[in-house]
Amino acid sequence: MPYKSVVLVKQVPDTKNITGEAMTPEGTINRAALPTVFNPEDLNALEMALQVRDREGGEVTVLTMGPPSAADILRDSLFRGADRVILLSDRKFAGADTLATSYALACAIRKLGEVDLVFAGRQAIDGDTAQVGPQTAEKLGMPQITYAESIVQLEGRSIVVRRALDQGTETVKCSLPCLLTVVSSANEPRPDSVRRRIEYKRAATKLEYKSLLAKWPSFGTEEALDAYLNERGLVIPVWSADDIDAEEDKLGLAGSPTQVHKINFVVLESTDTKEIQPTPEGIAGLVQELVREYIVG
Amino acid sequence: MSESRNIWVFVEQDEGKIADVSLELIAKGRELADQLGSELWAVLCGQSVESLARNLIEVGADRVLLAEHAELKLYRTLPYARVLTGLVKDRKPYILLFGASPVGRDLGPRVASAVRSGLTADCTDLQIGDYESKKEGVVYKDLLLQIRPAFGGNLIATIVNPRKRPQMATVREGVMRMRSADKGRKGEVERVSCAFEPGDLVLEVLSRELRQSTVRLKDSTVIVSGGAGVGGEAGFQLVRELAHVLGGEVGASRAAVDSGAIGKEHQVGQTGTTVRPRLYIAAGISGAIQHRAGMSESNKIIAINTDPDAPIFQIAQYKIVGDLNEVIPLMISALREKAK
Repeated sequence: MPYKSVVLVKQVPDTKNITGEAMTPEGTINRAALPTVFNPEDLNALEMALQVRDREGGEVTVLTMGPPSAADILRDSLFRGADRVILLSDRKFAGADTLATSYALACAIRKLGEVDLVFAGRQAIDGDTAQVGPQTAEKLGMPQITYAESIVQLEGRSIVVRRALDQGTETVKCSLPCLLTVVSSANEPRPDSVRRRIEYKRAATKLEYKSLLAKWPSFGTEEALDAYLNERGLVIPVWSADDIDAEEDKLGLAGSPTQVHKINFVVLESTDTKEIQPTPEGIAGLVQELVREYIVG
Repeated sequence: MSESRNIWVFVEQDEGKIADVSLELIAKGRELADQLGSELWAVLCGQSVESLARNLIEVGADRVLLAEHAELKLYRTLPYARVLTGLVKDRKPYILLFGASPVGRDLGPRVASAVRSGLTADCTDLQIGDYESKKEGVVYKDLLLQIRPAFGGNLIATIVNPRKRPQMATVREGVMRMRSADKGRKGEVERVSCAFEPGDLVLEVLSRELRQSTVRLKDSTVIVSGGAGVGGEAGFQLVRELAHVLGGEVGASRAAVDSGAIGKEHQVGQTGTTVRPRLYIAAGISGAIQHRAGMSESNKIIAINTDPDAPIFQIAQYKIVGDLNEVIPLMISALREKAK
């Protein structure tokens, strides 16, 4: 039977490839110098949702909250097979911690009406908190299945999921609707399809119209561009705080209980380092020293 | 100020065994409660787990809130969240701590959302201290300073939650030290009632396949770790052999695990296991911050790398610039020689 799914995704700085320029001399993060990526486990979440749709029918809506540039991962979602994408973007969302983020996401999901399944990556590589999924589930009053590795069975209003935990696996059965957070071992995300890439490469939010006009001056005005994209179903909707009926004091910085008190660079403690030559004599001397100091028994 | 300053620890138990991380948190919580002049309470949920309560008091709890119910036998998000959320709303602790385990990371955010308070994930240190909010022109006294690596481990952030209560954090396993039991320590056990709604019971655990992990990184006194420089599964054979000769355990960097050369249970670092062995040998590991975060407190570090400028050398007591495929066999034969 067809299921209506929502996938929560995030555009993140590529923390696995941090270069020297990523930090300013003042010790703040130089976001401009950081390439952004589709949060890896969110791709696994998207893949799981797409597999459900391919097997059972229904539709997959991808939702992200972020700055205008986050439209990049929404286009990527379209290339990979999402039916519909939505960008939550508003200055009022800025500075949100996980609680305020989950509030905004929950408001947006409610606006989508009845939803059967919500998928999210287990955690994002910029914060590694793994909190937004469970917090969103709580706000929606939905059960949650974290660390989901595989949907063992989906039948009617019941789902059986295998969870990958540190100490093994656990298989649980739950009623729908429910929210799953998906781990990286769940699947191999499909690449984008060439056909869909051609079809959706011009998909854009209205926040991008200015820069698009610079690229395609022949459209002349934003209205003309909008009409062109709209006709082809290529306008990515942008939802603001008002659009999702959110209470302003629960959003962004104002709605975030946690605050950053201070940030310290990780400083390497200097250690007295003794250089050992990679020769039989050098290594034998090292072993003798370790034995002498009772480090090696 | 009439606000309670009590510190609570959610105690994770599975089939009657208390998780190490919970015992570590009781020890840390005891230290923080003494600083605040307040009490440390443990919240223990399960079925027939009363016998564990005494143990929690012996290692530092002043009071154990004991929730026993058939529906709490195995951990499930909603029944546990129902009990804990109810207790928090009712008794208003000042601080609430969880282990950053799959259970703590599942339950913590659920409860934080329900009580609309802040939660900081994966802390590596907790302190009590003041926080001056320049924007408000207010100094908040005696807050929980929640210290955690951020941004892929490149920064250490101190997070505070000035106004909402409780101040909540999950804490990584292995970073706090346990206390030994004091058999004579006094404390109270208070049984609390549990009531569930039908919606709390929509999830059922069908089966569990728990493997007894054969990798015991945390308790090892010697760890030999391999990184990207080891070059695949075959290369790890040398690392294993050296670990074997030393009677130690095999570790790995994230790069090695991601490449598929070795299982994730071997991973040392910020997203792996935190270790502090007597001897740590890093072979072919450049020393990315995320790796160092998990091993820099080792007693002695030997680093082997072909790159003389590898960051790992900055924290190593012994620096060997060379090819691990030559250096490790030399170490093995020197160790065998010594054993004769």
